Order: sequence, then C-alpha cells, then structure tokens
Amino acid sequence: MNIFIQQIQQNLAYFLPETALVVTLCLSILAGLIFGKTPKVVAWFVFIGVGAALFFAVKQAGVSQEIFSGMIAVDPFAVFFKSLAAVCTLTIFLFSIFSSEVQTTVKRMAEYYSLLVAMTLGMFLMAGATNVLMMVLAMELTSLSSYIVAGYTKEAADSSEASLKYIIYGAVSSGIMLYGISILFGLTGAMDYAGINHSLTLNAPNYFALLTATIFIVVGFGYKISAVPFHFWTPDVYEGAPITITAFLSVASKAAGFAMMIRFFKVIFIDTTILAVPAGMWTSLYGFEWNKLLAILSVLTMTLGNLVAVWQDNLKRLLAYSSIAHAGYMLMGVVVLSNQGIAAVLIYLMMYLFMNLGAFFVVMLVANKTGSEDISAYRGLGYRAPLIGVAMAIFLVSLTGLPPTAGFIGKLYLFAALLDAKWIWLAVVGALNSVISLYYYARVLRYMFLRNPEGQTGSITLQRSEAILLLAFVIPTLLFGLYFGPLVELANASVQMFGIR
Amino acid sequence: MQEFIIWLQHPGLTHFLILSGLLFSLGLFAILTRRNAIMVLMGIELVLNAANINFVAFSRYVTTTLDGHVVAVFVIILAAAEAAILLAIVLNIYQNFNTVNVDEINQLKD
Repeated sequence: MNIFIQQIQQNLAYFLPETALVVTLCLSILAGLIFGKTPKVVAWFVFIGVGAALFFAVKQAGVSQEIFSGMIAVDPFAVFFKSLAAVCTLTIFLFSIFSSEVQTTVKRMAEYYSLLVAMTLGMFLMAGATNVLMMVLAMELTSLSSYIVAGYTKEAADSSEASLKYIIYGAVSSGIMLYGISILFGLTGAMDYAGINHSLTLNAPNYFALLTATIFIVVGFGYKISAVPFHFWTPDVYEGAPITITAFLSVASKAAGFAMMIRFFKVIFIDTTILAVPAGMWTSLYGFEWNKLLAILSVLTMTLGNLVAVWQDNLKRLLAYSSIAHAGYMLMGVVVLSNQGIAAVLIYLMMYLFMNLGAFFVVMLVANKTGSEDISAYRGLGYRAPLIGVAMAIFLVSLTGLPPTAGFIGKLYLFAALLDAKWIWLAVVGALNSVISLYYYARVLRYMFLRNPEGQTGSITLQRSEAILLLAFVIPTLLFGLYFGPLVELANASVQMFGIR
Repeated sequence: MQEFIIWLQHPGLTHFLILSGLLFSLGLFAILTRRNAIMVLMGIELVLNAANINFVAFSRYVTTTLDGHVVAVFVIILAAAEAAILLAIVLNIYQNFNTVNVDEINQLKD
C-alpha cells in the first residue's frame, strides 16, 4: 500500500501542467467572486495560470513516462498536443479582450475564463490518456465545458440553440462510444491501451464484434473532430457560438480529438509481434483494417465539407465547413500507418493553428465593426481596411494550400506521406478537394477586392493592439511557408509515444 | 418452451448482453423519434445505462478485476453531470424560444 502511495507522489512531479491548470481553475472561480466587477483581473490571472501550464508542459519535452498506474502517459506526443492546446487557449484569451460579444457580459466573465481553463485541462488529459476510462473522462470534461461556453451569450437565441444542438449530438455520440468501449472491454478484459493490445495479440476476438466496437468508438472520435457523417452539429454550433469559442473549438478541440484518436488506434491495434517492418511504419493486428474505415471517413469528410461550403454566405458557417474539410485532410495522415503520416498531421495542425485562428480573428474584427458575419459585409473590404483585407487574403490562400504560405507546407507533407505509403487514389481525392476549396475561398477574396463597397461606406480603423495581434498571425502564416525546417523537426520528434517503438 | 424457461432461470452473460442491447436500441429509438428535448435526454440516459450494464456484466463474467464496476460508477457520475447541463440549457432554450420541441428550434440553417 505504501509503495502505491509513494508511486503516486513520485508521479505527481510529472503532472505539473495539469496541476497548474486545476489550481488556476479553482482559483479563477474564487477570483470571479472577489473581483466580479473587474474581469480584467481574472483575465490576467487565468492568462498567467495557463502560461504556467504551458511552461511546465514544454519543460516535459523529452520525457517518456507512464504515470498513475498507466492512466496517463507523458511522452513527446502528449507534450506536443498539450503545448498546442495551451497556446491556443492563450490566443483565445487575447481574442476575448477584443471580442465585443464577450466583453458585454461583464458579470459572467469569470465563468467564461474558468470554463475555458476547464476545457484546456480536458485537452491536456486527452493528449496523454492511455486508459479508456481516462480518455472518456477527459473527453467529457472538454465537451461538458464547451457545451456551456457555446451558449455563453445566453440572451442570444442563436447561441442557446447552438448549445442545445451541441449537447444533444455530443451526448448521443459519447453514449454510443461508451457502448463500443464496453464491447471492447468485454472482448479483451482490459481498460488500458497496452493491456487491450496485449490481449488482442494473444487471442483474436470475433472479427465482427471487434469491427462493431471500433465503429461505435469511431462515432465518438468522429464527433470530436467533426468528421462526416458525425458533423451535423458543427455548422450550427460554429455559427451560433461566440466567435472566440468557435475559433477555440475549430482548432484546439479538433487537435485534442486527433491526439486521442491517433494514440487510441496506434497503441491498441499495433502488431508488436512483427519485427520486420521498415522503420517508422507499423502494421495493424491480423489485418484488421481500421485505416480503411478512416480512409472512407476522410474522403466523405473533405468532399462534403468542401462541397457544402461553396453555398455558404455566412463567414462563420463557411469556415465551419472549411474546418470539416480540414479534418478530412488531416484524417488522410492517420490512414497511412506510418510515423511519417502522423508527423504530417502534426505539421498540418501547427499550420492550421495560425491560419485558422487568424481567419476567425478577422471575422471577429469585421463583426465587431460592422455587426455582421455575412459575406456582403466584406464588400470592398480590401479598400476600406487594407490591413484586414490583405491579412484575410493571406489566411484564405493558406487555407487553400497554395504556396508560399504555411498551408501549402502542411498539405505537401500530408501528400508526401500518402504517396510514400502508396495511397495514390486518396492523394488524388485530396488534391481535387483542394481545387474545390479554392472556389469558395476565392469567392471571399472576390468580395473583398473586386466588389465596390456599395452601402458599406466608411473605412474600418484598427486599434494598434488589434493590428499587432493580427500581424502575429499573418507573419507566421507567411514565414512557415518559406522556413519550416524547425517545425518539421519538432513534428518528427513528437511522434514518439510511450511504450511503442 | 420448457427449455426457454430453464434458460431464463439461469442468468448468464448472454442475458445481460441481450438486456443491454435492448436498452441501447430503445435509447437510440427514443433519441431519433422523440421531439421533446427532455425525452431525448431520457434516451441518452438509456444508452449510457446500456453501456453500464455491459461493463458490469463483462466485469463479472469475463475478468477477475473490478475495472468494469469502477467504470460504471464513473459513467453514472458522467450521466448526472450531462443531465444537469442539458437541463440548464433546456431551461435557457425555453426562455428564448418558449418551447422545448427540438424540431421548432431551427433558426440556424443552411
């Protein structure tokens, strides 16, 4: 018994990032009670708290350790996603300062910040979870907090509708996922990934039962990364929720979903008995082709996301469908069963962080000034507000994946991984989809630069701080399109997972 | 018939799996057909509890550990948290829309 407690005490040292977040979460609720009328204090407090979590997470670089009796792994893969989530949260805090939607609700600001911290905590745990129970709890922590923040501006009918749709779809898919997990538990008798893998290696279960369980579990993952056909919540929630939350959901939540899914499939279905595979590749247990399942999902996701985005007039809704399509692109990297593919997903996520958050920041600035998210508000934006117009153009070109922007590098590595693994048809589908996406991104560009600003007279002025934050997204989007060596190295180093070669 | 009664009198893993399968299907059916948000919540609870029965049954008949029981306890807590949040959201919806019928709450559309 004493040894067990000693182990927990030793493991706590590896749990510092999460501990920092828990402390921040508890104290931010208290701070909200004390400084209720001056939300700035709470904002700075949570900013420092999440910053500390990011610092501790980065300090864990290079560690490969399993803590709390195999509940959580601290490895480069987890550290990568923790840092990504923390960076994204810090950015959203900055966005919130400029968001008129959020700033009008002074009384409830502290709740907003503490819920964002809770979501971040959930993502940290999702990134490291190596036990099915831990994974479900982490996912629910993120989801439950995001249901509430999606309806944060509760007087707005749109926002409350978004939260209702979100919680119904979310609860149903996590229920189905739990049922799938229960079947997997019945087939293997273990809850931790390594144990499930061991049990599956020793004796092959009924193929049909395993397939059913996997499909049920994929429902949960698909909902989290908004893959078709589990995407129905995405457009409505993205449109109804406050823009800061939309931006957060589209990047951090999706990244955490990918972290959870990649680790789940890789650790559980890797065949450790076959040693004669090329370095960086792995094989699935007795030819159980879960990657074919994901390939179908990937094709559906990017095609539907891109095709429906063509008809959208609301920019938030357009970016929602575009984020569905991007989930499809990233799924291609998971399909190939190689570390190269996973690294490509990580690179893509880093690029996606900058370009997508930047695009949402522009949408937020325009909505602040004009009160509209409709594409007609963007008429002649390139002349009324040159900086916003040019920045948006760069983000959209990057989202399409054209050089010399970050999005191109992301796509390049994805397609390279696909071609190396001989998934040529999937690469072709992905490339065709990029062409479709050019159409609707270019449509926004046309509104911004080739239309006269009829009825939208008056230039939009930016505050200096807003311009600086905008440039903080434009510069990386351009820079990483030209100079991306360190990012690629980081991604290649971050594919290492605990307990797997 | 006699055999069926004897089979019923000796519950084993199969019985529990059939029960949980039924509950799961009924839950999904409720989610898909009910229009009242509260009834949808009931369906979700059925699905979660179907998973719980599976966990406990497998824990009893397949493994020698208590893992499944622990998961069931956590899932019960989870279901309670989810219900609390959904009810709060439904209350807010009622204030904004004056209805809890999920079909009539459709301002956001393509």
